[in-house]
Parts: sequence; structure tokens; C-alpha cells
Amino acid sequence: MSTSNITIDEAGTEERPLLEIRDLAISFQTASGEFQAVKNAHLTIMPGETVAIVGESGSGKSTTALAAIGLLPENGRVSSGQILLDGEDISHAPERRMIELRGNTIGMVPQDPMSNLNPVWKIGYQVRETLRANGKPSGPADVARVLGEAGLPDSARRAKQYPHEFSGGMRQRALIAIGLSCQPRLLIADEPTSALDVTVQRQILDHLETMTAELGTAVLLITHDLGLAAERADKVVVMYRGNVVEAGPSLELLRNAQHPYTQRLVASAPSLASRRIQAAKAEGIQTEELLAPTETVVEKALSEDVLKVESLSKVFKLRSGVGKATDFKAVDNVSFNVKRGTTTAIVGESGSGKSTVAQMVLNLLAPTSGRIVFDGVDTSTLNSREIFKFRRRVQPIFQDPYGSLDPMYNIFRTIEEPLRTHKIGDKVSREKKVRELLDQVALPQSTMQRYPNELSGGQRQRVAIARALALDPEVIICDEAVSALDVLVQAQVLNLLAELQSNLGLTYLFITHDLAVVRQIADHVCVMQKGKLVETGSTDEVFDSPQQDYTRALLHAIPGASLMLPPVVA
Amino acid sequence: MTQYILRRLLQVIPVFLGTTLLVYFMVFALPGDPIRALFGDRPPSEAVIAALRQQYNLDQPFWVQYGLFLKNLFTFNLGVDFTGQPIAATLGRVFPVTAMLAVEALAIQAVFGVAFGLIAGLRKGKIFDSTVLVASLVVIAVPTFVLGFVLQLVVGVQLGWAKPTVGSNADWGTLILPAAVLGLVSFAYVLRLTRASVIENMNADYVRTATAKGLSRPRVVLAHILRNSMIPVVTYLGANLGGLMGGAIVTEGIFNVPGVGQKLYQAVIRSEGPTVVAIVSVLVLVFVAANLLVDLLYAWLDPRIRYEK
Repeated sequence: MSTSNITIDEAGTEERPLLEIRDLAISFQTASGEFQAVKNAHLTIMPGETVAIVGESGSGKSTTALAAIGLLPENGRVSSGQILLDGEDISHAPERRMIELRGNTIGMVPQDPMSNLNPVWKIGYQVRETLRANGKPSGPADVARVLGEAGLPDSARRAKQYPHEFSGGMRQRALIAIGLSCQPRLLIADEPTSALDVTVQRQILDHLETMTAELGTAVLLITHDLGLAAERADKVVVMYRGNVVEAGPSLELLRNAQHPYTQRLVASAPSLASRRIQAAKAEGIQTEELLAPTETVVEKALSEDVLKVESLSKVFKLRSGVGKATDFKAVDNVSFNVKRGTTTAIVGESGSGKSTVAQMVLNLLAPTSGRIVFDGVDTSTLNSREIFKFRRRVQPIFQDPYGSLDPMYNIFRTIEEPLRTHKIGDKVSREKKVRELLDQVALPQSTMQRYPNELSGGQRQRVAIARALALDPEVIICDEAVSALDVLVQAQVLNLLAELQSNLGLTYLFITHDLAVVRQIADHVCVMQKGKLVETGSTDEVFDSPQQDYTRALLHAIPGASLMLPPVVA
Repeated sequence: MTQYILRRLLQVIPVFLGTTLLVYFMVFALPGDPIRALFGDRPPSEAVIAALRQQYNLDQPFWVQYGLFLKNLFTFNLGVDFTGQPIAATLGRVFPVTAMLAVEALAIQAVFGVAFGLIAGLRKGKIFDSTVLVASLVVIAVPTFVLGFVLQLVVGVQLGWAKPTVGSNADWGTLILPAAVLGLVSFAYVLRLTRASVIENMNADYVRTATAKGLSRPRVVLAHILRNSMIPVVTYLGANLGGLMGGAIVTEGIFNVPGVGQKLYQAVIRSEGPTVVAIVSVLVLVFVAANLLVDLLYAWLDPRIRYEK
């Protein structure tokens, strides 16, 4: 046993780390041979401390955490290194020992609340079996208490309900209750809120923080958001391609990142960038992080409205029982204008109606009432030939770069298709155009012969952008176009969109749930809640002096409010 | 819930009328005169034939015959068959035998199918799994009558482990061999269904979470993997019960089981309209009841499904 990590605290007593991971390597047996998911991971968690592992998808952060609770997938194994829990190496501990440890020594809060509760058992049952398996009192009162402590109101009654009767936030509270029910000394929280709406995210994280502080539980927090990690954790460990590249106290790491990857992360995390932009504005400094160029604001203000949305409503009929239908107002009397050459963001949580607005603007869905005026013409009056022409001028980019590209089409055919559909040019000129487009989105021309499944998420989204640009549109509707991408890739795509806008004079309607991204890219913001437009204004106005509580809650939900970040000076 | 069951029971009426009418019509349309066929080569006098015709209402038009059948049915008077035995007594004799056979077959396929399927699923890709998969394919591929005769010969005659034929005194013990044959084909499907379902569920997020809670492996397997995997399997088993009740004609023939299949076969050969329709009517009721049972079981197994009031 090593003594290197034993520290002497102020009282002079020796304190041993609760969890120490040393030179950990994890490999997976796959059809194409051995794959090293984690090459060199090391971290130390003292009792009661919160440590965050930050990294992009595939960095090995979740795999490292799963190894600590002995839940690696069947084809994965610890190939070298040690996982010391209170001095005991559990990296190859027998299953029986792990079952003893799980629940009452190491708890877990998983990522996706929708799939992590068994749909066929009542919530109370799923709490009770946890208590019972770990030898804790498991009567109905105990179950209600555990759920109540996790912030579930009316917990005795709610314990008798099934998971599908709970909202996402409620389910995550139930999972937190399960994870902490046996007062573990270490809690592994794997992206505990990334599947939830932003305002709910903040509530859940606040509650988790309070609970673990009260119980003295150490937390291993896994996240892709550096801003969130820095705000919530005492120490941050940055992982990149299976290696820990940097570790240290959160603020120190943020202010003085050493490794180039960490530096790039600090520069790109939208939550941090949006905070820095606000900080710069407060000090009256011009910052180059604003992707929507500020110097053209005056010029933009003079330009005409390319898109006018007037009292737009959409009512869906919901079936309830036989023959009856209730009306559901997805979009309720929404009006806004979009000026040529600007970016307007529609922000809201799931169910706010923002995507329904996008579909109506794209003329894919007919409004129940209200008008959409594009370039002076009401789009509902267009005949089929005019709609065809309209589609050429208004193009979409969707959220999921995996689902929105046809896997059977190679990239050339994918980008060329709109040109062929609209009978533009001959074979030679179309190929030339595709090459140009690939240049514009910074993809090598050799990409033409490849298929979507050979490309990364960021590359695919570039292909989707190239396809949208093929017809030289005037307006591009981006429906959560960067939400599925990793932070660094997200930053690259946002930069690309901004660059294309200033070169081509494009107009963007940007649908997103992420206000941090909005701060970077948008000129105007429309905030939607439950189908209604609750606030609209320039990005500066909305961020500096939000008028509505809901907007304030959304802004407050951007991680990193407590971090004092120096602005990046242009 | 009660309303749902009531509505489902009301649906039985049109289904029942429709099927009996169809079967009655098909028996009516069979070529040949059933009365003359009864006497074979020595035809009786025309007067006897006319009397018999009148007794069985065969001289009436189709609609009247069907109407009389329905009237008798609702007064619980099923009449007598051509040999003079009350049909109700015949039904009372053959249905318990077939019900026993069907339940035994169902139990065999459920217990062994689920157990083998669970183990195969948990050990996906291992030797047990591959062996069981190949074996089940063989069972599916071989026709029932081949399987029946082979088992009858090997297990019943050569090894003497079970009675090769059943005869008139059918009980749980003597029915074991035909029940095994009857259950074997569906056993393979139950096994494969369970296996596929287990494989799908054992990688579910909630199974990992259950393990992370500190539950023992048997508990994770039983309460989380098996419990969720049973949803499609139970549906299949329930639907299969109806099939087992009516589809045992071949097996009952091979093992000489005095059950519904055998009786139905004889009645069809003799164009005995009332007997055929009476048996089919009961089978329709069994099918409808089995389906209702499956739907209720399904809702009980999967709380996400709730039937409208």
C-alpha cells in the first residue's frame, strides 16, 4: 500500500483518500480486437469531497466511473492499475464483494431518468428493494422519507405510482433518492441532469449538492460541461482520449489551464463563454467571443424584415377516450420579425412549442391561425410551384446529424440531391458546386466518396450545412443544430455558421434550449414558454435586463454564475 | 376496468353468432345425406328416413334449423347426436380430457421454455445457448405427427417410461406423453421468445441501475430481467391456450385420447351438424376467454398499459 496520498489535515490527524484511482487502464474486447477505452486514468477523492471528470464523448470518463462501482460491460476489463476504495483494491474484487459495497458504500445516480427506472415496478418498490438489499429498515414510512428527502413532494402517495406517471425531473429525484438511500460514502453521478430541461437541471443539482453536503457524501461527478464541473466540484479532472490530461482545483484549472486540450475546452464551453461575454460587457470591453458581429448592428437594424410571423397559433387535437378530443395549443399567438442578415434565436424548454414554430416557418405544418410572411408574401397562399421555389430560399438544418442524412447516399449524392431536385446546372457544374460547398464547410473534397457512417458527428453536421447551402438559400432554420455535438465540435460549427453568415449574408432562425449558445451567436432572442412568446428583444437586452421570471430562471440555469471569469480581450 | 371487461364480454355475442352461423352453414353445405350415410349399404324404408329427418329437423330450411339450434342452445338443450346420445353429455366427457391435456402441455412449454430461454439468454453465445438454439430449430422443423410417433415408439414402447396410448381412462399421468408432444413445438417458440426478450432486457439501463443499488444477482435476474421479459411470453402463451384446446386433433389421434379433437373429427366425417356446431361453439368461447385473459394479464404485467373505461 502506498502512503503517497495520505495527507495531514489541520487537526493533525491522518486522512486517507476515500477513492484513489491509479494508472487505470480499461480495455474492451470487440469484434475487431482489443480496444483501449481508458489508457491512463488517475484521480483521488477525499471523504466528503466533490470531484468532477470532464471530457467529450468517448474520452473514457464514464468507463472510469463504471469501473469504480464494478459495472463495466461484459466485454470490458481493467487491464492494469488499481482502484483503491479506502485502501482496498477493488479493481478485480469478486462480484460478491462488489454487491456488498454497492448501495451502502458506493451509490450511483445514472444519466437518463427515462430508462433507468424499471417501468413495471412502482417507485416505492424500487426504493424498498434497495433499502432491503443493504439491510436498512424498509417499511413504507422509510420509503416515503427517503423519497421526501430527495425533494419529491407528497412522497407517500407518489411511492405508489409507476415511473411513467412521473415527469423526467421527478424520476431523476427518485433515482437520486435510490442512490443516496443507504447513505453511501461515495456517490457516482454520471451526467445526472443532461437529459433534463435547463431550469430543472439547476434545481436537481442544487438539491443533490445540499443532500451530499448534509450526509458528508463524496461525489464523483461525470459531465461534459466544464462550466458545470467548475461550479459544482472542488476538483476537476480533465480526460481526453482515455487519458487524464489535467487535474486540479476547479478555479485554478479554469484560470490557468496548462494542457492545450483543457485550454480549448475553457475557451469553447458555451456556458463559460457566455459568462465571459457578460463580464466583458460589464467592464465595457469589446470581446472577440461574440460570434454575431456587433459592428454591423446599425447596418442590420436598417435592413428589411425578411420573415414576419404574425399571431401564429397551432392547435393539435389530442384524443382522450372514445370520440372525444381535447385541444392542445402548442403555439399560442406568437409574433416576431426576422431582419435580413441577422440571427434570431427561439429559446425554450421541451414542450414550449419552439420546434412547432420552426416547422410552420418551413411550411411543413399548416398553422391553425396567423400568418407567416416571407419576403412580403404570405406563405399559406403559395401554390405548389411557388412552394417549390420557396423551399429553395428557406432551408433547414436539423438536430440529429445521424438521422438527417440518408445512410445509403454517399456525401456527394447527399449534397447534390437538392441541386438535382431543383434542376440546377448540369453534371459537371453540379460536381463543381459540391466541391465548393465542401470547401465552404471546411471538409476535404475527398469526403465526397464517403458515407455518413464513416464520418463523426461534427463532420456530418458540416455535410448537413453544405446540403442546406447548396441552393444558395436566404434563410436557414437551425433546429437544435448543435445540441447533439460535443463542446469543441459545437464551437467549430457555431464559428462556421457565423463565418458563413458574414460571407453570404445569411439569415438564421436558431431554435435551441441552450441560452449559452444564444449569447454567442444571436442578435435577437424570443423566449417561449408553453406555446407563448413570453419575452423578446435583442440578445443584449434579454441578457442584461430580463423582464420575465421565466427568462431569469433560464439565464440563472446557465452554469458558472458563481465563477468570476476574466473577459477575453479582443 | 370493470367497464372494459363488460364491453369485452358484450363483444362475445356477435363473435359467437357469427362463428356458429358460419360453421352451421358449412356443415349444412356438406355434400351427401347424413341420414342415408348412417345406414351404409342397406337403406331403410323411406318412412324411417322421413321420420329421422323430422326428428333432427333436417327437412327444414337452413334458417329454421339454425334458429332451432339457437333456441335449444339458450334453453341449455343441445339435443342428441345421431347415435342417440345427448350432446351435452358428450361435451361433458370430452372437454375435461382435452382441457387436462392442454393445461399439461401449456405447463410443460411454459416451465421448460421460460427456464431454458432464460439460461440461454443470460449465457448468450456460450455452448448452452448454441445447443439449445439448434435443438429448438429441429423441434420446429419436424412435423408433429413424426415427433408424436417417434416419442410414442421410443419413450412409450421401447423404454416403457410412459403409456404409449391413453384410451378411455385419461388422467394427468397417462396424458404426459401426448402433452409433451403437443407442448414441444410451442416450447421451442416460447424458448426463443424468452431468450430474445432476456437478451434485450439484460442490457437495459434499469438493470444496470438495479445492480448498482447493491441487489444480489438472483434478485436482479428474477425481479428485473425475467419479470420484464415475461410480457411478450405470457401474451404468446395465453393465445396458445386456445390453439391447444382445438388444435390437438393429430396428437389426440396418435395417442388415442378421447378428447375434443377426436370427437370433432368423427362428427365432421358423419356430417353431424349439431355436434360439430356445439363443439365449435364451446371452442369459440374458450378462444374469446383466453384472449380476454391475455389482455388482462398484459395490463397486469405492464403497468404502462391501462385500458380505457
